[in-house]
Amino acid sequence: MAKGDIILEVRDLTASVAGVEILKGISLTVRAGEIHAIMGPNGSGKSTFSKVLAGHPDYEVTGGSITFMGQNLLEMEAEDRAKAGLFLAFQYPIEIPGVSNASFLRLAYNSVAETRGWDELDPLEFDDFIREKIQVVEMDPAFLERSVNEGFSGGEKKRNEILQMAVLQPSLGVLDEIDSGLDIDALRIVSQGVNQISNDNNAMVMVTHYQRLLDYITPDFVHVVSDGQIIKTGGKELALELERRGYDWVREEFERRTVTA
Amino acid sequence: MTTNVQTSRVMPSEAVHGTAPTESVRDAFLDALVSARASQPAVVLPALLRLRQDAAARLEAMSLPTVRDEDWRFANLKPLREITFTPAPAPAEVSEAALAPYALTEADTSRLVFVNGQYASALSTVSAAHAGLTVVSFKDAGAHAEILERHLGRLAGQDVFTTLNGALVTDGALIVVPRGKAFEAPVHLVFVGQAGETPLAVSPRVLVLAEAESALTLVEDYVTLGDGVVFTNAITEVVVAEDARVNHIRLQRESLSAFHVGRTVAELAHTATYHQDAVTLGGRFTRFEPVILQAAEGVDGTLNGLIFIGEGQFADTHSTIDHAKPMGKSTQVQKTILAGNARGVFNGKILVRKGAAATNSSQQSRNLLLSEKAKIDTKPQLEIFADDVRCAHGATVGQLDPDEVFYLMSRGLGQQEARNLLTYAFAAEVIDRIPLASLRDALRTRVFAAVPSAE
Repeated sequence: MAKGDIILEVRDLTASVAGVEILKGISLTVRAGEIHAIMGPNGSGKSTFSKVLAGHPDYEVTGGSITFMGQNLLEMEAEDRAKAGLFLAFQYPIEIPGVSNASFLRLAYNSVAETRGWDELDPLEFDDFIREKIQVVEMDPAFLERSVNEGFSGGEKKRNEILQMAVLQPSLGVLDEIDSGLDIDALRIVSQGVNQISNDNNAMVMVTHYQRLLDYITPDFVHVVSDGQIIKTGGKELALELERRGYDWVREEFERRTVTA
Repeated sequence: MTTNVQTSRVMPSEAVHGTAPTESVRDAFLDALVSARASQPAVVLPALLRLRQDAAARLEAMSLPTVRDEDWRFANLKPLREITFTPAPAPAEVSEAALAPYALTEADTSRLVFVNGQYASALSTVSAAHAGLTVVSFKDAGAHAEILERHLGRLAGQDVFTTLNGALVTDGALIVVPRGKAFEAPVHLVFVGQAGETPLAVSPRVLVLAEAESALTLVEDYVTLGDGVVFTNAITEVVVAEDARVNHIRLQRESLSAFHVGRTVAELAHTATYHQDAVTLGGRFTRFEPVILQAAEGVDGTLNGLIFIGEGQFADTHSTIDHAKPMGKSTQVQKTILAGNARGVFNGKILVRKGAAATNSSQQSRNLLLSEKAKIDTKPQLEIFADDVRCAHGATVGQLDPDEVFYLMSRGLGQQEARNLLTYAFAAEVIDRIPLASLRDALRTRVFAAVPSAE
């Protein structure tokens, strides 16, 4: 994958959950080296979009297409999407008592290794590998021995998500409200982690409510999602305008345009 | 009559009771067992002889409980009744290799093996690392006759299965931890049931005396070999003296055709500590009754349980924690995982007697159903007669969370792997507290292997 190659191509995507249509025709092209921010009011479909990308079984895709690295993503199970290089950082990561963070990270690494053409790592080899990676999120090595996310603060859980992304080295990182519930120090660490992982060969799609994340991670594109559609796309300056003016004006502008068309 | 003559020679005092009451035992199932006592191995130890006599006499007026008894409402003994069991005769041959899968590396220097209730010295080892610790079969417990006289049968109670064990027991394990001695290496008691075509009733018995300020880790392990049907009816009594500490791990990993009824009673003296981890994996029918009795102030008792059973299995835990004195603490975590059409029952009785002030007790019953056909009945039973006590309790029943399965799949794990890991995580709270690494590993492997695929 080289800078500018298409990683993700979403065309007219519609999806519903429990019979209710949430996504009503999303189209988006993401190329290597790009960072996209997806913003929008509560209930607009932002988080649904990220879950559909990762293959959550509760969401039924009713129309459109998603091509990821040249493959039809919609035909792939969640585990195969992960192996192919798609990573979703969760808004609410789960806790796994009794399973150490280190052994879980190794399990995840080895699960995708074959597809990626990596060698599986034994615990000793992985120890060397992970000690380098934890610096990405300034994590205390003691966290590797603790059970996955058990008793972690909100900020620690989010750092752990970014650590997982550093380990799995995806072509596309989808970050679902990775900034929610973070204090300013945790936000800085998480953002720096994303920036270190981000390069010319991969891409990031960040779902966020707040402009403040974009002070740390500079997007190439900002998309506004409302009622299951992308109603406006702009550069990083659009986020600042949204921060200042809210979302209503974008919606009004979109509706005027739609009526005119 | 030849048999009776032999019996009367070996057990002079028993012959009277061994033959006379057979016509008068009211319950046919019990009668069949008691009247076949003559075929059992010889018993000479006076304390054991007396236990057998008293129990056999009391059994005459007893019968097996039915589902009309409140405590047995969900535990239907009909499948047990339908089988004619014989008290285990002289032990079957068991090879060292057959027991290898059950070995615990931490306990390889102190293992007593009982086959069909009889001590098997060739399969047992007690090393010098345990100098000062008494770990013997009842047959070799002559030097401790006074302890057996004083404690054997004192705590177990007088319910029908305890009484049946008393009437049929021919051997057992005695453990005496001397005052002030702490033993790091665990003692492993392996009770092997092995039946051929004739279904066998096995009556294991354990008596533990942890003297003041001593410490012991004990693993009680129930296994079966072969295809025969075994009915194990086990009784363990644990006396924990002042400031002593006992870690008691109890494993039931018998076959899917086995019937297992078990009872452990621990009596805690002043500021004594008793910690039990009970794991039930095997058995067609399992009834387990752990009991903690608080005999003095300031004790610390824990009953943790893990049940993981599947198709065709039933497991019922009926626990009792009896707070009789002030400032007692008790903690109970029961985790039950049911797959297939498995049926689970948990009844957790916490009794806080008048005068047991400042009792601090917590009980949790957590249940994971891996199948729509599985069923659990869980009930806390709090009986509180003292003021100024704290008794927290809670129960949950749930399934694997699809969002959690999705999380793991989004990290590249297959669906089955995700279900295995989450099921293990559910059980981990109990498994992680077991103080033997090799056993934790074995249980982890077992849990992973037993999770069925999604329906």
